[in-house]
Amino acid sequence: MYPAPFQYYRPDSLQEAIRLLTKFGDEAKVLAGGQTLLPMLKMRLGDMSHLIDIGRLPGLSHIEQKGDTIHIGALATHADIAASDVAKTIPLLSDCGGGIADKQVRNRGTIGGGLSVADPSGDWPTGLHTLDTTVVCVGPAGERKVAIADFIIDSYTADLQDGELVTEVQIKVPPANSGGAYLAFKRAAPAYPTSTAAVQLTMDGDICKDIRMALGASASKAVVCEEAENALRGQALTRENLEKAAALIVAASEPPADARGSEAFKRAMLLSIVIEAAERALARSKGEEIKGGHRYA
Amino acid sequence: MPSSVQPVTVEVTVNGNKYRREIEPRMLLVEFVREELGLTGTHIGCDTSYCGACTLLLDGKPIKSCTALAVQADGCEIMTVEGLEKDGQLHPLQSAFSEHHGLQCGYCTPGMLMSSYSLLQENASPSRDEICKGIAGNVCRCTGYQNIVKAVDAAAKQVQEG
Ligand SMILES: Cc1cc2nc3c(=O)[nH]c(=O)nc-3n(C[C@H](O)[C@H](O)[C@H](O)COP(=O)(O)OP(=O)(O)OC[C@H]3O[C@@H](n4cnc5c(N)ncnc54)[C@H](O)[C@@H]3O)c2cc1C
Ligand code: FES
Ligand code: FES
Repeated sequence: MYPAPFQYYRPDSLQEAIRLLTKFGDEAKVLAGGQTLLPMLKMRLGDMSHLIDIGRLPGLSHIEQKGDTIHIGALATHADIAASDVAKTIPLLSDCGGGIADKQVRNRGTIGGGLSVADPSGDWPTGLHTLDTTVVCVGPAGERKVAIADFIIDSYTADLQDGELVTEVQIKVPPANSGGAYLAFKRAAPAYPTSTAAVQLTMDGDICKDIRMALGASASKAVVCEEAENALRGQALTRENLEKAAALIVAASEPPADARGSEAFKRAMLLSIVIEAAERALARSKGEEIKGGHRYA
Repeated sequence: MPSSVQPVTVEVTVNGNKYRREIEPRMLLVEFVREELGLTGTHIGCDTSYCGACTLLLDGKPIKSCTALAVQADGCEIMTVEGLEKDGQLHPLQSAFSEHHGLQCGYCTPGMLMSSYSLLQENASPSRDEICKGIAGNVCRCTGYQNIVKAVDAAAKQVQEG
């Protein structure tokens, strides 16, 4: 299968990429890792006659910690992030990046692409909702920083203005005694997840000082629920308390019945994985090492 | 190629040999390798990014060549299944697939071999679970995977023993 013909550009600077993107507007598409765009173009979905390959733009593949902030370039691949030192600092990043699709896709797909696509079952949008995450966008009008919750507007809709590109993702390093985990259930490695859950928390002894939870593939964007989080702040994370909070956030979700499962099946799955993600987050906050975030047959 | 589209030049090194071709930008890497270079070991299975039959190594990393443009590989090193055999000697993975009945129709085999090869490069003695994860992006309709996992395990041991 071939995409429809297009003109190909490989700009060598960000400015040139933005200039081309601005010039061609709706007739242009940006190519990063191609793991969403190429399958779409092969199926002839979406009209496009100018392809702007940003895959080799310099200075956009970094993964580093500066002070209390982690900086991840938009072109950093899922695989590189999972294998990086920053994923040791924030294990949720390793859960997310290390489990997306399969190895071949993780070697190509990028975090900038994963956020720009804003697929409700995509792993990065949901995982990053529980961290203090800012998306850096650069366009003809300069740089803009957007909090993740504002960047992901709706299903397949990100807050990208005309001619704008995501250049970096910035994540605040969580305070001491924090832990997080991301869990996804999917039918096979290269399948998009059926249900996902992310939890990031900070403990003060046995008491939960702060917690953020998010569910994915369960509405048009990541599901968050203040009521559920408030039910756990200042409390011990007993199984009973976790079950109560999990029921609250699952009640706020709207998992669609589709080929991946019925609504009832998905609600049951969400309930179990959000509790397990919280338990893993808690264990990690105490320094336990737990690996893996995606389950499949 | 439609006259309105500018062709692109692609230079790659495949299994140690250099190639240079002028192609249409929309040409997929798998088509380039098969049609332009005549290396038909790399298969097209699903053509929709799922099955992994088209797996080859781009700069040492396994990717699905049906989900990459040939022009994205410009200037890169590629290794295809044809690059496994050295001086008429099968790679230990290839011998092990044969010995352990790790294939039936053989359609998935080039991709399985390239994913397994990459796995052994990173991890010389993978556990059963690590082998399963390493080939999770490759679908086989015939074998039920058991013998593929056995073959990769046997090859890993053979490489280790030298
Ligand atoms: C078989 C398969 C299974 C998959 N399973 C999963 C999964 O389980 N979970 C998951 O999260 N993802 C999954 N993916 C998608 C994968 O993670 C993609 O890598 C990701 O969604 C897009 O990143 P990319 O770099 O490949 O983007 P591309 O495909 O190159 O681009 C996608 C879109 O984003 C835009 N874009 C890309 N980068 C930028 C940028 N820096 N600034 C502005 N716009 C940009 C492009 O213009 C395009 O419209 C899967 C993909 C495949 C092929
Ligand atoms: S042919 Fe490329 S993944 Fe199936
Ligand atoms: S041997 Fe037939 S598909 Fe694997």
